[in-house]
Amino acid sequence: MDQVKDTSEKLEKAVFSKPFTYSRLFLSTFIISAFTVGGGFVLIPLMKAKYVDEFGWMSENESLDLVSIAQSAPGAVAVNASIIMGYRLGGILGTFTALLATVLPPLITLTVVSYFYDAFATNPYVRMFLKGMQCGVTAVLLDVVLGLLVKQVRKKLALPLIIMAGTFIASYFLKINIMEIILVDAIIGFFLMRDPQYN
Amino acid sequence: MGILLQLFFSFATVGLFCVGGGYASMPLIQAEVIEKYGWLSMNEFVDIFTISQMTPGPIGINAATFVGSKVAGIPGSIAATAGFVFPSVVIVLLLAYLYYKYGNVGPIRGILNGLRPAVVALIARAGLDILLLAFWNKEKLPVEVMQADKIAILIFILTYFALKKKLGTIKLLASSGVAGLLFYMISGIQP
Repeated sequence: MDQVKDTSEKLEKAVFSKPFTYSRLFLSTFIISAFTVGGGFVLIPLMKAKYVDEFGWMSENESLDLVSIAQSAPGAVAVNASIIMGYRLGGILGTFTALLATVLPPLITLTVVSYFYDAFATNPYVRMFLKGMQCGVTAVLLDVVLGLLVKQVRKKLALPLIIMAGTFIASYFLKINIMEIILVDAIIGFFLMRDPQYN
Repeated sequence: MGILLQLFFSFATVGLFCVGGGYASMPLIQAEVIEKYGWLSMNEFVDIFTISQMTPGPIGINAATFVGSKVAGIPGSIAATAGFVFPSVVIVLLLAYLYYKYGNVGPIRGILNGLRPAVVALIARAGLDILLLAFWNKEKLPVEVMQADKIAILIFILTYFALKKKLGTIKLLASSGVAGLLFYMISGIQP
């Protein structure tokens, strides 16, 4: 594990920089999972905002590597991300802590909601609260996206920018299957991006 | 016991072959749950889809919970959910082990360097999706700029400033929910 950590960039100053504990991992993951509607790539930036920017538990580059791996494995991306980030933070026990915290909220919510579905979906106050939270998630997401974009642009390297723009266009506008895009990006990286300047 | 094992393995199959995440798993769930075992009707299946749009959690987990609890109560929902995540745990842990062992080996490093900007693009894509949904209630471009939900934009701006003032992520989301409740109630506008 140290091999990778040594070469990854120094941890930036985290906002609160709290030491790692299993209960903190469980609680923060549980709450993120409980309040995040909208799938894996909404949950992942929130995990990043929490683990990387707020607690300083891992570097940004490492978190992106782990998300790439999560994306490449079968299953739900959010689940995979919690498995691998949990493993990085607390070994096998960390995996099960994060996994349980990710899976429990939908498990509980869906069990409850399926009984009261109509009341839940049509209640105006529930909708107002959810709408407010959706705007909050949008702000956090935008902040994460801008931070990552600025960092990529500052490196002033052409290839990562081309991959970034290409992936966005291919998935958003051309609606090409994400797995196929990822495969192409991996091949580009395999042949052209071994140089340490891309690390 | 038999039914629990059946749920476990059925959803393990879904988890194993659902590559690409999210809605890629829908046809697989359909094949296993509706066509093979008849655990759900097509209508119930569509309901799960709708519920998944407004509740947290990956659609695979939601489907596993719903089907499991319908077929065998709470033990059923646990068995099905455990089945769905089982292949992920095995495969992702294996990949994590390889990453920390060989992550710095040239070609592997190259692949990861190629995927990193791709992840940024995918996060940006999700950001755009949710922004359109929050401000315009639409899932795709194009939108009328002037028709944006002003209250949503106000909450967005407030949250963004609170974020810059280093308020913790979770407090931030809870407050934005409360702000939504207050602002929409006061203004009388429906979100």
